[in-house]
Amino acid sequence: MSTMAAQATQVYAVFVRATPEQVWDAITKPEFTEKYFFGARIEVRDGRRRSQLGEFDWEEEVLEADRPHRLVHRWNAGYDPELASEDASRVTWEIEDTGNGVTKLTVVHDELEASPKTAESVAGGWSYVLSGLKTLLETGTPLQG
Amino acid sequence: MDDGDLVFKALADPTRRHLLDRLFERDGRTLTELESELEMTRFGVMKHLRVLEGAGLVVTRRSGREKLHYLNPVPIRLIHDRWITKYAEHRVAALADLKTELEETA
Repeated sequence: MSTMAAQATQVYAVFVRATPEQVWDAITKPEFTEKYFFGARIEVRDGRRRSQLGEFDWEEEVLEADRPHRLVHRWNAGYDPELASEDASRVTWEIEDTGNGVTKLTVVHDELEASPKTAESVAGGWSYVLSGLKTLLETGTPLQG
Repeated sequence: MDDGDLVFKALADPTRRHLLDRLFERDGRTLTELESELEMTRFGVMKHLRVLEGAGLVVTRRSGREKLHYLNPVPIRLIHDRWITKYAEHRVAALADLKTELEETA
């Protein structure tokens, strides 16, 4: 692995054979997230994004929610006390219908300048999460760990 | 061609792999910045970036007047999940460790 500092703005994209509404539900409802988001139960509702993972429980502010196009929220790494002490960063989900039953999902994780440990920690995680989300929506079953 | 074909084709070229490595070091770069690190015409770099973008390995975002290029590792992860995990992860890991060890002591 490289010893470079992780990037303060990270961009990830994936094409999924599903509708924008299905993608929206998969990122805002706990019964979906627990199957691909490291087991975390995540719910976006009433301006908050609540997460529960094992013994950890935390929540973030939702800055924008425009179903099924765009979701913007703060990010606190509540699953790790050391990371959680860093400044909150920001995650933007853009959901775009590309036609032919394929939806493009783009995740921009930015405002990580003051949170280098979080930046490092999420850099590998997003690819895993988006790969798992695609597999779940396209096959109905989670990735084999 | 399906998505996997585009990714393998994009990765089959050394200049394109070099471009990905440059973006891995520092992400969100303009064409001009990338061009300055390669012995290649602007047109050539554009052509390679277009192939990488077509395969989803590079994603562009506008920032004011600038078009910034970001490395998108998700297609590589999909190949990993499709081809590595399924067939050979523990064997590959052992061989990769051995290679690293041998090359470090060489």
